[in-house]
Amino acid sequence: MDEKLIHAVYDDDDVLLSAVKELRNAKYQIKDVFTPFPVHGLDEALGLRGTRLAVTAFLYGILGFSVAVAMIYFIMIVDWPQNIGGKPSFSFMENLPAFVPVIFEMTVFFAAHLMVITFYLRSKLWPFKSPENPIPSTTDDKFLMQVIVKGDEDKLNNMLTKTGAVELSMHKNESE
Amino acid sequence: MFNFNKKLKIFSLVLILLGSIGVGIGFLSSPSNVDEALAMVSSSHDSNHDNYNEVHNNALDYHQEKPHDDEHHYDHGKHVKHQLQNRPWASIFVAAFFFFMIAMGTLAFYAIQRASQAGWPILLYRVMEGITGYLLPGSILLFLFLLVSGLHMNHIYVWMDPETVAHDEIIQGKVSYLNIPFFMLRALIYLTGWNLYRYLSRRLSIAQDNAEKGNIKNYKLNFKISAGFLAFFFVTESMMAWDWIMSIDPHWFSTLFGWYVLASSLVTSVTVIAITTIFLKSKGYLPKVNDSHIHDLAKFMFGLSIFWTYLWFSQYMLIWYSNIPEEVTYFLTRIDDYQLPFFGMIILNFVLPLLILISSEYKRSNWIIVMAGIIIIIGHYIDIFNMIMPGTVGDQWFIGVPELSAFTLFLGLYLYFVFNSLSKVPLEASGDPYIVESKKFIY
Repeated sequence: MDEKLIHAVYDDDDVLLSAVKELRNAKYQIKDVFTPFPVHGLDEALGLRGTRLAVTAFLYGILGFSVAVAMIYFIMIVDWPQNIGGKPSFSFMENLPAFVPVIFEMTVFFAAHLMVITFYLRSKLWPFKSPENPIPSTTDDKFLMQVIVKGDEDKLNNMLTKTGAVELSMHKNESE
Repeated sequence: MFNFNKKLKIFSLVLILLGSIGVGIGFLSSPSNVDEALAMVSSSHDSNHDNYNEVHNNALDYHQEKPHDDEHHYDHGKHVKHQLQNRPWASIFVAAFFFFMIAMGTLAFYAIQRASQAGWPILLYRVMEGITGYLLPGSILLFLFLLVSGLHMNHIYVWMDPETVAHDEIIQGKVSYLNIPFFMLRALIYLTGWNLYRYLSRRLSIAQDNAEKGNIKNYKLNFKISAGFLAFFFVTESMMAWDWIMSIDPHWFSTLFGWYVLASSLVTSVTVIAITTIFLKSKGYLPKVNDSHIHDLAKFMFGLSIFWTYLWFSQYMLIWYSNIPEEVTYFLTRIDDYQLPFFGMIILNFVLPLLILISSEYKRSNWIIVMAGIIIIIGHYIDIFNMIMPGTVGDQWFIGVPELSAFTLFLGLYLYFVFNSLSKVPLEASGDPYIVESKKFIY
């Protein structure tokens, strides 16, 4: 594809947010936005779909809960019942209070770790991956918006300047 | 400004009337004629005792199987008589404390928002102030109840009975703290302090609305007294929980009991704030409150439900595991005699709120919040019931006319005072310096 991209750099999140809204109103297509921190309301302004990570977290929690129940049942009741404080050691239900902390921790452990792993896979992140952000300062104090050029280039440039962009540069749309 | 119309007024007055009638019936149907009941129990033994049991649901089978001498029998009958006499009193106490706790928790929640200078809840300040409008009447009623107990008109607190203390070495060791004058003095200090803060903060909040633009003196002063109040509150709230509730079982103690009561109080209060807000919105008030505000309240409902469970379980597991007789009796009474409310409450207060409110979309849906809220309110009412009833009524409990009508009576009083205080001032704290942030609030 011989498409062109404009990289517009902003230095304030509120300015960026209103610029995103303005461009989307003018039917321009925004490819991506790089920010040093999560900007409140940006996902909504960009029209991104809601994340389904929460659903996976719930499922992982249920998985962790089941694994913990099975594990503790096998360890403490089936395989090696022990007399701890004179508690009935052959019944899962009568020992339940002692198992609740383990079950709770395993649920949290599974939900948290598997959710993070899912997030990395879904965002195509792995160790030693070279960064995707066009300029390093988007990890510091700058906000960068990639707009796909459509129609009159100067008009778009003017518009971006008017929205408060501090720096504009033209690039080729390389990926995909 | 909220319009406390005739329909609502009549509704709350009808609740008060119905509740009062029911409470009256509760007192009449308990063995309130003390002499007769005493004579019935003490003059003869088995025959009357049996009649007595039949009247009261044969709840004493366990005791009958035991052989016992006359004196024991007499003591036992007296004990049962006290328990039955306690029933209407204890049910009043449960209801009085529950609705007081809503106002108290709301006040604490409100003070936290003030002291942290939070931006989002400012549109809800007047709702919270409306709910704390019940604090003063609730405090007076509760104080009267404690006073009546202190005058030996009921047997809610066994340590108040000098005869019991004379035979009880454990209570004797606590007499320097658990004595009636000091108990009343402490109650007076807590209630005065909380009501004073409520009065001052409400006045400053209204004064801020009328102040000229840019003058935030009232706001700053309110911030300072809120921070001071919180330091006072978290100490006195803990002591209040020991005094009013934990001392019902004077042999037993739990160091986290104050926080446990606080968690119950906060989760109920936030739920009530959410339901009141949704109610007011449905009537066309609070137009600026959006679903992000509701979402935040629902997050608090969800989080505090789990916090409550954490404290409940921490208390339960340690006592269950160590299995020390003087500690474990507390839970044995509850598991033996109160199995359904005791374990049912875990489902109402933990499992259902957890599953219903876990999704962030559900936290923004009004009818789901109202449903979950009703579950939480019932659950925490049962929680208070479980705190107070086993030590006062023992195995003679039943959810009948006295319990339901005490709830009705105090619900009526609560609604009357809350609606009344909501109708006094505009529902938007327009002078607050952060009001714009609250209006623009999006999650």
